[in-house]
Amino acid sequence: MDHTPPPFFKRGPAPLVRLFFFASLSLALLVIDARFRYADGLRTWLALAAYPLQRAATAPVELARAVGTYFSTQAQLVAENERLRAKSLAYSHDAQRYEAAQAEADELRRIAGARERPPLRVITAEVMYNGRDPYAHKLFIDRGATHGVRPGSPVTDESGVVGQVTRVHALVSEVTLATDRDQAIPVQVVRNGLRAVAFGGGASGSLELRFMAANADIQTSDRLVTSGIDGTYPAGLPVATVMRIERDAENAFARVVCRPAAGVDRGRFVLVLSDETVKPPRPEEAQTAKERTRRGRLRDKDGSVR
Amino acid sequence: MDLSASSSRQILLPVRLSTIVASFALALFLNFLPWRDLRLVPDFVALVLVFWCVRQPRLVGLGVAWTLGLLTDAGNGVLLGQHALAYSLLAFLGVWLSRRILWFGPWLQALHVGAMLLAAQGVTLLVRLAAGDDFSGWQMFVGPLAGALLWPPTSWLLLLPQRRAAREQTI
Repeated sequence: MDHTPPPFFKRGPAPLVRLFFFASLSLALLVIDARFRYADGLRTWLALAAYPLQRAATAPVELARAVGTYFSTQAQLVAENERLRAKSLAYSHDAQRYEAAQAEADELRRIAGARERPPLRVITAEVMYNGRDPYAHKLFIDRGATHGVRPGSPVTDESGVVGQVTRVHALVSEVTLATDRDQAIPVQVVRNGLRAVAFGGGASGSLELRFMAANADIQTSDRLVTSGIDGTYPAGLPVATVMRIERDAENAFARVVCRPAAGVDRGRFVLVLSDETVKPPRPEEAQTAKERTRRGRLRDKDGSVR
Repeated sequence: MDLSASSSRQILLPVRLSTIVASFALALFLNFLPWRDLRLVPDFVALVLVFWCVRQPRLVGLGVAWTLGLLTDAGNGVLLGQHALAYSLLAFLGVWLSRRILWFGPWLQALHVGAMLLAAQGVTLLVRLAAGDDFSGWQMFVGPLAGALLWPPTSWLLLLPQRRAAREQTI
């Protein structure tokens, strides 16, 4: 006698078996993505599939904003126009001075025999939304590989450094904010040129200077700018202001907490800077071939973003 | 099919596939909205997923959940597989408990759903802790609880296309 169940009861494998299958698939993907970054191709395709929904989701907010602007009163517009005109006048004055200073600096560099600094290419982008991830500080902008955004480019707004492009999809890019726990920016104190590295403070929304000696010459309300020695961030962009310094006799290092200069968690428009200069090869690339392949493999593991 | 006294007295129309697809699209859309603090906002995709897993365990199951999870992961730029794992667990719980949940009234159902959403959030937390992230505060458990509170209105709304007109039913 045949004991196979009638087709009505055929429901595929048991739910528990399916759970094990999909859970192990997810775990394998997690490990591949976190450790080896082999899943980036798949991620790019999935991001492209999610793009229409993301665009649609930001549409109502944009619509509300447009309607709001439409109903803004005449008086408001006049006042705003006046304010903007004053601002633009001040800026044009600054721009003239900047151009003069730039010309002077170029000439001095020529005299001193230093290499001239090529201008930066700037891409304006609009913030689409924040990443839905409470553990990481990321945002998504509406410019991608097709617009010329490249991974590793610094991102700023009108008042300072916002973060760095960490992933580039076809039409959107992912920016890791300066306040992310894994983000580090080489900085310099404006007052005395002291170099340090600013790390993101995570959920607190602040930045932290780690490994500063307890007797380092740093004060509250010191301004920090990018030092430019990493070759990623151009020199002189405002990063943060020192808010609080905790010097503890137990620790060899001081705890320096800073407030980011840019509107890291607000603002709608950002600038993606990209440096067109050909950088000199890194020191390790001049080493022996054996050493090079080993390090190359290491770097691949660390990810392509520098 | 559904003979429970409290969840629905009336006989429902068979579900249309377009309703399911549209509801998932709407949930993804709600998730991608630019929310201010994401920890306090319920995960709409998870909620809709639980609903269909409980109501239609033969149509919506772990495969759908896993795909949706991957889409969410890529759209949010988090570790690939994090939401996929959480949604798979959610779908499993939904399919497994579907017979039990439908016997309860809307608020007791919400209690079950809240526990399931919390379990999924716990899995996400474990994954992130394993990946080396910090615990991001207790607010992250507000989202699942808000999701549980949204369960009765959500299930009423999603069952709407399947209800017959009252007059038709009296015949």
